[in-house]
Amino acid sequence: MPPVLRRAGPFVLGLVLVAYPFLDRNNSHVDFLANAGAFILLALGLNIVVGFAGLLDLGYAAFFAIGSYSYAMLASQQFGVHVPFWLMLIVAPVIAALFGVLLGAPTLRLRGDYLAIVTLGFGEIVPQTFLNLSQYTNGPNGISSLDQPSLFGHPFGFSATPYYYVLLVLIALGLLAARNLQNSRLGRAWMAIREDELAARHMGINVTATKLSAFALGASFSGLAGVVYAAKLDLVSPDQFQFSVSVLVLSMLVLGGMGNIWGVVAGSFVLSFVNSFLLPQSTSLAHAAGFANLDFTNYRFMLYGAILVLMMLFRPEGLIPSRQRAAEFHEASGDPRLEAQEQAEYEGAAG
Amino acid sequence: MALLQLSNVRKAFGGLVAVNDLSFELDPGSIVAMIGPNGAGKSTVFNLVTGIYGLSSGSIVFDGRQLAGLSTSRIAALGVARTFQNIRLFAFMSALDNVMTGRHARMHASLLDALVHTPSERQEERRVRERARELLAFVSLDNVENSYARNLPYGGQRRLEIARALASDPKLLLLDEPAAGMNPREKDALVALIGKIRDSGVTVFLIEHDMALVMSVSERVTVLDHGEKIAEGKPEAVRRDERVIEAYLGRADGAA
Repeated sequence: MPPVLRRAGPFVLGLVLVAYPFLDRNNSHVDFLANAGAFILLALGLNIVVGFAGLLDLGYAAFFAIGSYSYAMLASQQFGVHVPFWLMLIVAPVIAALFGVLLGAPTLRLRGDYLAIVTLGFGEIVPQTFLNLSQYTNGPNGISSLDQPSLFGHPFGFSATPYYYVLLVLIALGLLAARNLQNSRLGRAWMAIREDELAARHMGINVTATKLSAFALGASFSGLAGVVYAAKLDLVSPDQFQFSVSVLVLSMLVLGGMGNIWGVVAGSFVLSFVNSFLLPQSTSLAHAAGFANLDFTNYRFMLYGAILVLMMLFRPEGLIPSRQRAAEFHEASGDPRLEAQEQAEYEGAAG
Repeated sequence: MALLQLSNVRKAFGGLVAVNDLSFELDPGSIVAMIGPNGAGKSTVFNLVTGIYGLSSGSIVFDGRQLAGLSTSRIAALGVARTFQNIRLFAFMSALDNVMTGRHARMHASLLDALVHTPSERQEERRVRERARELLAFVSLDNVENSYARNLPYGGQRRLEIARALASDPKLLLLDEPAAGMNPREKDALVALIGKIRDSGVTVFLIEHDMALVMSVSERVTVLDHGEKIAEGKPEAVRRDERVIEAYLGRADGAA
């Protein structure tokens, strides 16, 4: 990409996104974009854990649930507590981060598959807990009639537009944070642990604390997304946070390109688009055309599966890969120039 | 006072005694080599000094501090840096990032500093990046700062490990077979590099199999066999020591 485009690209994209609700008066489109925004935020958080630090987390939806339920319990009639929405944007990420540390502390000595299995368990326990604590959470019915956010005395109402803008700001901040972290002492420490944990220890990196910070930070993104998503939907129930949500967010990373911030955004957008726009739209088209029994949304998981398989076969590094992932998959044989040099050196050593 | 002092160090893995009753000292500013046949316990000594393994008994004192019980990252922060027998670079990070990561323990930026890129964080990053470039030049890797570590030629990877280790301004540098896989020209350059490192004030302790290199670079040599020290002294003396010759070549008179 030419440098001018690289600089101007995000700026122009930002302008278009800010103007979008004025250009397209169809509220359902803005609604879709707002939902996609929540998933972009989720994916940016998971990218810190999986993409940067290399910790496979299969229960990421748990933190989304914790963020959502935090809002539902602290800003509704449920307990008569009414913490303002804007304050919850700080409180909920902190709560989610605490749970991230709580999960992380005993499990982070595990590696690879073992960590994945424990996080999988955590992802199942959290929604189950919300389901079974029915005296606090209304069990399967969930908590509804959440407090409506308002800005300068203007309530958000039922339009998706205010949520769209909140998410736009949060994503912009999230992108900035992720980029800053990537090129920092902490970001390098995460990647060093991903590459070689033992060598990382020898650099003076406190591996446990560094992993915990990745978990906590990833969880806080998820908590943030949870608050906005809950307020927007006006309902929180356990079935919104099933394993499939964790898989969906992970698929977004795989599709877009793990480790690359823009790849992650692209991946989440594309999958959200397929999920909540393409499939429902094509279903209603099919219905209009007389195929009343056809419901494409039922094929959602088949489609995710197909996307994942196709990506793994043809573009395993993702749509917009990080340099590192691209190299991992395509420079497996190494740079031919350097390889020739290496060969010569070996021969030199032998001779 | 010795920079590193091992006293009666013993390490057993179950019934296998890898290091037994080992005592020696390293003077500051010296270049000391540890040699011995395969399986003599040399790498185990490095792993004991860096806290990868705990001691079975004995003590290790570095710069006046007991190392027993300290974590590897803590020991690294105290000023012990190392390279690895099987190169352990951060393969999918650039050469520059590898060296900058080596500086981790001497940097101060916190999570919040990193999140918002505070001016002090930027300044620190800039300083460390400049220092890392100097170190790359110091090990003759000037033009590869953006290459992935794994894409460097073998000898380059060995030198990058040294640059990464030096980034923390260590007092003691442990080199685990630094010449392995190098050609004669690279070995000569390595000898010169080790000399330069010592001249910059870093004490160098190396494990090496290449005797010519050991003899030309080191001021003192410690010889291990079956986890025990069998000889110690100046290179020429060690080379003529009968027990050393025996450990490497077996006994001349076989039957005895």
